[in-house]
Amino acid sequence: MSFNRYVRNDPSNQDFQVNRRALVEDEVLNDEFKHIFDKCWIYAGHESEIKNKGDFKTRSVCGRPIILCRDANEKIRVYLNVCRHRAAVVCRESEGNSKGFFCFYHGWSYNINGELDGVPGKASYPPSFDQSKLGLAQPAQVDNYKGFIFISFNPDVEPLPDYLAGAKEYIDLIVDQSPDGKMEVLEGTQEYDIKANWKLLVENSFDDYHLITTHSTWLNYMKRSGVEIKKPEKGHLMPSHGIGKALGNGHAVIDNVNFRGRPVAKWIPLYGEAAKPVIEKIRKELVNRLGEVRATRVADTNRNLVVFPNLVLNDGSAVTIRTFFPIAPDRMQVTAWALGPVNESVEARAVRLDSFLTFYGPGGFATPDDVEALESVQKGMATFKEVEWSIMSRGMAKEGEQLNTDELHLRAFWLRWSELMSEKNKLETT
Amino acid sequence: MKITGEVTRSVIEDFLYREAFLLDQWNLDEWLKLLTDDCTYHIPSNDAPKSESSKALFLIADDYRRISERVNRLKDKNAHSEFPHSRTRRVIGNVQFYEPTDSVNSLLKSFIVDANFVIYRHRREGDIRTYVGRYEHEVRLIDSQLYLSKRKVLLDAYELGSMGLVSFIL
Repeated sequence: MSFNRYVRNDPSNQDFQVNRRALVEDEVLNDEFKHIFDKCWIYAGHESEIKNKGDFKTRSVCGRPIILCRDANEKIRVYLNVCRHRAAVVCRESEGNSKGFFCFYHGWSYNINGELDGVPGKASYPPSFDQSKLGLAQPAQVDNYKGFIFISFNPDVEPLPDYLAGAKEYIDLIVDQSPDGKMEVLEGTQEYDIKANWKLLVENSFDDYHLITTHSTWLNYMKRSGVEIKKPEKGHLMPSHGIGKALGNGHAVIDNVNFRGRPVAKWIPLYGEAAKPVIEKIRKELVNRLGEVRATRVADTNRNLVVFPNLVLNDGSAVTIRTFFPIAPDRMQVTAWALGPVNESVEARAVRLDSFLTFYGPGGFATPDDVEALESVQKGMATFKEVEWSIMSRGMAKEGEQLNTDELHLRAFWLRWSELMSEKNKLETT
Repeated sequence: MKITGEVTRSVIEDFLYREAFLLDQWNLDEWLKLLTDDCTYHIPSNDAPKSESSKALFLIADDYRRISERVNRLKDKNAHSEFPHSRTRRVIGNVQFYEPTDSVNSLLKSFIVDANFVIYRHRREGDIRTYVGRYEHEVRLIDSQLYLSKRKVLLDAYELGSMGLVSFIL
C-alpha cells in the first residue's frame, strides 16, 4: 500500500482514493507548477501551425509567453517571448510571418533565428556587454514527435520518445489517417475557461463511466439521426466494447470500438448521403495503404488519449488537440484545435468539422455538460474538510482487461502525479 | 407580425426585439417558428470570424436540423449546462440593414441585417457572464412576414475565455 497526503493506493484491499485537498489547495498548485509543469514535457504546438519560413504563433505555455516559429533554415524554434533587456514581450501579435521580432520599448531587435541583431545606442554599453550572448532565450528542451511539438523547462528531462512511452502508439494511430503521413491543425481555435481544477478535465477527458448520464442528450441526438446505439452487454454500460489502458509515465487511454461515426472512415447517417462516397473513398485509400487489419484499427476504434500531464488527443467524432493550464486551483484555461490530414478533400474536411461540433466544444452537444459536471464537482469540493476522499477504485478487483468505464487509466494519471509530487516531499525532508 | 407597408429599420428592429424576447423567455418552440427551414446558425471561433464553417473550426455551425435538435436538447432537463436554465437578457442596437441587389431583382425578398448585441447570462451562485458582439443575419420576407434565414453571431472577445460556454442560444 502506498499512502501519502493526497493519494491512497491500497491494491490488497482494492481501494484507491484521492484526497480532495489536491484539487483545492493553493499549496498543491504551486507544487504542481514546480514539480510537474516545470519538470515534464509539455505540448506547445503543432508543426503545421508554422508551415513556412518566418511563420510564427505566440501563446502561453506553463504561464510563459512563447513564440513558436520556423527560422531562416526552416527549423522549428521555440523562444521565450521576452526581451533580454528589460523583459517586455517582443511579439504581441498572435500569428504572422516576420523576418524577426522587435521590442518597441527600447528598440532591441531579434532576427527570426533568435539572434539579437539591433541595439540602439550600443556604444554606451560597457565592453562586457556581449550582444552575441543575448539572443532570445529558449526552453531547456524542444523536440517534436510526428509533428507534435513539446517543450520542457527541465534540462534533465528524459528524451521525448522515452517520455511518451506507450502514448506513441496512439499518436501513430492518428497520424496514420493521413495519406501523406502528415496532419495539420485547422483554422479556428476554441479557447475557454472552466471554473474547476485542471486535473478534473484530465479525468473527464477519458472517463467513459460518465457518458450515459452526463451525455444523454447527445446520445438521443445520435439516435434520432439514425446512429444505432446498441443495448450494452450484460455487466457493461456502453453501447460498444472499450478498454482502459495505462501507457507508462502517467499517460493512459481509452480505446473503444466505434459506434458514433468517424471522418476517417466510418459513415453515419448524420453525415448525409452526399458524404457516403467521400467516406468510402477515404476508407479504400486507408485499406490500400495500411492493409485491412491496420485500416480497421485506425478507422473503427475511437481513442481518448491523455499525455501526462495536460495534453488530450481525442480521436472520436473528429480529432481534437486539447491542452489546458491551471490559473488557480479552481480555474483553468482550455485551448482546443481540430486536427485533420493535410490535403484532405474539401468535402471530407467539411464532414470532419461538422462532426467535431456534434460532440465537442463550448457549443457542442456534449462538452458543455462536461464543463457543468466539472464546475459542479469543484463547488462540491468546498466540503473537502468534511468529505475528504474521492473514490476511484472501479475495476480494481478484476484480473486482466479493464473497461473504459473502469478507472485504471484515471489511477495511472494520479499515481504518476503522486510520484512526482512526492519526490519533492522526499527532497524536502532530506 | 404581418408587414403591411415598406420594410423599414423599425420593422426590422421589431422583428429582432421579438426574437430576443422569445429567447430570453426560453420560448424556444415559438422562436423556432421565426426561422426558415433552411436557416443556419453560426458562431465562428473567436480567432476566425471571417472564415467559413466548412474550412475552419467554429463554436457552432448548425443547419436547420441541428438547430431543432439543439432546441430539443435545451428543453431536456439532461442538458445539464442549461438546467436550470440560465437567465439571459439581451440588448440589441445599432441596427443597420440593406437589401442586396439580387433580392431587389427577385421575387424572394431578403435583407442583410447587422446589429450590435450585449447578452447577460446569469447562473445561480455564479458571476454574470457578458457576451458582446454583432449579429450578421439574413432576414427573408415571405408572405408579408419576416423570417431569419441566416443567423450569425460574431463575438468581439479575442477568446471565449471567461464566457466559458455558448450552451444557450445567443
